[in-house]
Amino acid sequence: MATTTTDDVLGYDEALTTFDPVMGLEVHVELGTRTKMFCGCATEFGAEPNTQVCPVCLGLPGALPVVNEIGVESAIRMGLALNCSIAQWCRFARKNYFYPDMPKNFQTSQYDEPIAFDGYLDVEIPAATGEGTEIFRVEIERAHMEEDTGKSLHVGGATGRIQGAEYSLVDFNRAGIPLIEIVTRPIAGAGERAPEVAKAFVGALRDLLRSLEVSDLKMEQGSMRCDVNLSLRAKAGDDPTSPEQLAVPLGTRSETKNVNSLRSVERAVRYEVCRHAAVLTSGGSVLQETRHWHEDTGVTTSGREKSDADDYRYFPEPDLVPVAPSREWVEELRSALPEPPALRRKRLLGEWGFSGLEMRDVINAGAIELIEATVAAGAKAQSARKWWLAEPSRRANTEGVDLATYAEQVGITPEHVAELESLIVAGRLNDKMARQVLEGVLDGEGAPTVVADARGLELVQDDGALEAAVDTVIAANPDVADKIRGGKVQAAGALIGQVMKEMKGQADADKARAIILTKLGVEG
Amino acid sequence: MSDPTRMTAAALADALASGDLSSEQITRAHLDRIQGVDEQVGAYLHVAGESALAEAREIDDRRAKGEDLHRLAGVPIAVKDVMTTTGMPTTAGSKMLEGWVPPYDATIVAKLKAAGLPILGKTNMDEFAMGSSTEHSAYGLTRNPWDLERIPGGSGGGSSAAVASWQAPLATGTDTGGSIRQPAALTGSVGVKPTYGGVSRYGMIAMASSLDQGGPCARTVLDTALLHEVMAGHDPLDSTSIDQPVPDVVGAAQRADVKGLRIGIVKELTGEGFSPLVQARFDESVQHLVDAGAEVVEVSCPNFVHALGAYYLIMPSEASSNLARFDAMRYGLRVSPDGIDAPSAEQVMAASRDAGFGDEVKRRIILGTYALSSGYYDAYYGSAQKVRRLIADDFAAAFGSADVLVSPTAPTTAFRFGDKTDDPMAMYRGDIATIPANLAGVPGMSLPSGLAEDGLPAGFQILAPAMADDRLYTVGAALEQRLVSAWGGHLLEQAPELAITKGA
Repeated sequence: MATTTTDDVLGYDEALTTFDPVMGLEVHVELGTRTKMFCGCATEFGAEPNTQVCPVCLGLPGALPVVNEIGVESAIRMGLALNCSIAQWCRFARKNYFYPDMPKNFQTSQYDEPIAFDGYLDVEIPAATGEGTEIFRVEIERAHMEEDTGKSLHVGGATGRIQGAEYSLVDFNRAGIPLIEIVTRPIAGAGERAPEVAKAFVGALRDLLRSLEVSDLKMEQGSMRCDVNLSLRAKAGDDPTSPEQLAVPLGTRSETKNVNSLRSVERAVRYEVCRHAAVLTSGGSVLQETRHWHEDTGVTTSGREKSDADDYRYFPEPDLVPVAPSREWVEELRSALPEPPALRRKRLLGEWGFSGLEMRDVINAGAIELIEATVAAGAKAQSARKWWLAEPSRRANTEGVDLATYAEQVGITPEHVAELESLIVAGRLNDKMARQVLEGVLDGEGAPTVVADARGLELVQDDGALEAAVDTVIAANPDVADKIRGGKVQAAGALIGQVMKEMKGQADADKARAIILTKLGVEG
Repeated sequence: MSDPTRMTAAALADALASGDLSSEQITRAHLDRIQGVDEQVGAYLHVAGESALAEAREIDDRRAKGEDLHRLAGVPIAVKDVMTTTGMPTTAGSKMLEGWVPPYDATIVAKLKAAGLPILGKTNMDEFAMGSSTEHSAYGLTRNPWDLERIPGGSGGGSSAAVASWQAPLATGTDTGGSIRQPAALTGSVGVKPTYGGVSRYGMIAMASSLDQGGPCARTVLDTALLHEVMAGHDPLDSTSIDQPVPDVVGAAQRADVKGLRIGIVKELTGEGFSPLVQARFDESVQHLVDAGAEVVEVSCPNFVHALGAYYLIMPSEASSNLARFDAMRYGLRVSPDGIDAPSAEQVMAASRDAGFGDEVKRRIILGTYALSSGYYDAYYGSAQKVRRLIADDFAAAFGSADVLVSPTAPTTAFRFGDKTDDPMAMYRGDIATIPANLAGVPGMSLPSGLAEDGLPAGFQILAPAMADDRLYTVGAALEQRLVSAWGGHLLEQAPELAITKGA
């Protein structure tokens, strides 16, 4: 029976004094194929309900599935990127259960013959010593292909859940969209860092799959969904990776469904550790059940009880022929895989010469690809970093979108930033003017040269005008001029400021400085 | 000109080509015949008179304009109600789909329409093709034209009875364990189950996906071949459809030459369990083939004895899953459970399935659900798949020493209504000779071998290797020639005339 009562929880640190957490993560990724897994219907997100449907994905009598080759290719590429073996021969299987939003009342999935199996993903987590980072290896049990179900909308209840609803509406647009389910082996040995490992794994998986361009991976739209399995076992010493600890049998697990953001993954693991610990320390036993995650309150509540007696009556799907990817094809796909994001980062860090801190900011801002393209367009790496992480990044944050999305929205390109940089190098713009030009580009006024022209932003190249301005300023500030003549060269800054003011900002500061010093008989 | 309903499809095609008959005349003659006798036979669930005549007139117009038409264009046909048809109800013989008009045509139906065959209507069948007598239709009995107190076979009793009672020259069928061949045998007509994958299953309401195969029903071997050619061919909408050219079945039927061909008699499918007079007609037919120049060898397929057991695990397992979609949520019957206010979706599903499915369907869903359950899967479904492999191996070995295999189609002639409804096992045993072909995916034909006890027809079955469907037609046509000349005409001409009860 479902309950919404608040469960008791133990403090996290307290829980970890007695228990060792073990996790299992299941991640569903919706593929970005143009058509569904077993029919030709479109997959566009957000279409009017039940407009992207046909006899096949509605499960009409007599309709038959046909496998989407691009879906299989994406699955193989994902498997390869996760260091998996690729099945030489495998079949789809029917997972039989009744649910109103599942048109055939079976899901076409894979059972004991997944397309990819036995892989791993290395993820970076804060080091146990507290300094720097270290690599934690998460083993992948399998990645298999399946189809999504339709979507139910429960109307009339307070919670939007089926309990208490007056009626339900079903949208079958999602039914048949290709999904890849990635299942980890039990993740043990993380100890107190289990929540960080879970978050790092989902984040690294997202980056990896993003580099493959197989999915848009928008967790908020449900194109990447995560289920968190968690159990606790008795702690056997301080080292969570010790043989003694790993030999302790696993406890009963809970399965928290649909945890749909990186931060929530971390919070859900943490919450379940605390909840299990409270149950176990009070002498109770953990129920094997599915739990619902509540993003707003940060807690899980009981869903339905689940037991090993759940019987999906799997059997090989007789309407589809086996999938038998040739080894040549698999190798071809393997050789065409993009560089893994972690390696790429390491390489770029070396090439760009950023500090660790700078690189972290770049990663957090999601600016790697933009900087890489800007460098390719001719800019220096440091300049590219500086410009992307300034105004564009700030505005993207304000808008609440990632940098790449923001850039696409306002139409600023890596070529624009490289152009901006080249205007500075050519001496046409100074730093301050460049910032104004950049704002113009972000405001949609056009390419940097166009903006500079339109706004009349250009350093004065006429040395005569500059010399006249310097003369005026020296004459107006005899005290400062004397100090400089006396060797206090740093005092030139005050005069440069005045010259800039005189020139309405359109002077080249370096040049002004040189002229001032020459005129006062001091060599810079 | 003779009565169009008594003509073969090939003869009707010739008469259309020569202009001696119009499609409208032919179609109208069949609709009149249906109106005259189908109240007694019950072959049709739905008669599409208006649309059939409209299609016939359209073909006549196109012919008048000199268009290049398919050979069978204008020859009307009956369609088994398991195939989806736009503009006509499709019920699969079940209350569950009463009144459902599909939004799409089965590939077979689309091919019939493209070739210009007017569709007379939809024929009766055991519910979801589950049965061997057509007694399990939710819409009433179909009677055997040879004896109205007897079953016409099943599940395609409607299609075979329609062609056998001159209500259609051609009909479509589906064969999961014998549903084309056994009714053909019991009604004195011809039916072929093609190689699995030879005919698209798209739009055929599935019973057991790995066994179901659509095929032709007619009165002669050549007519069957002509229809086979229209129905067959690769379909990108059916993954299990074979992407190879259709064997030249029409050429084979016209050749009718068995000289030097090795005919294998399957030891396990003769003798014990087969009625003596069915066996006698079989032996005579074999002798005819020997007289025509064939060589006879005996082959053994030891695993065929396990075929029935394997079939009754695989078929219900797949059916239990295929029929899960009938849940009252999107189409078909919807029943609210008694005494429950605001029932849940699950309660409506359960009540609808309880009300919509007949006993035989429920029996097979329960059997299949059980066989697939965890803990039983290996013992039942898993073992059955192993037996299936062994049966395929038996076929491979047998086809090493014989070009075709032969047997009686069914152990007995048509039984009386109700004789076996209380004894499902006895009913299932009637499929003993037809099931092995479905398990192995090889093609099979049944054609009449003569009359057995009670003056009822018996069937002769021919089996060939996968994608050698043409061999069925060569052998079948050679045998048919000799039998028809021995009988002095088609066997069906010996059937009692039905009284005309209405119209005409």
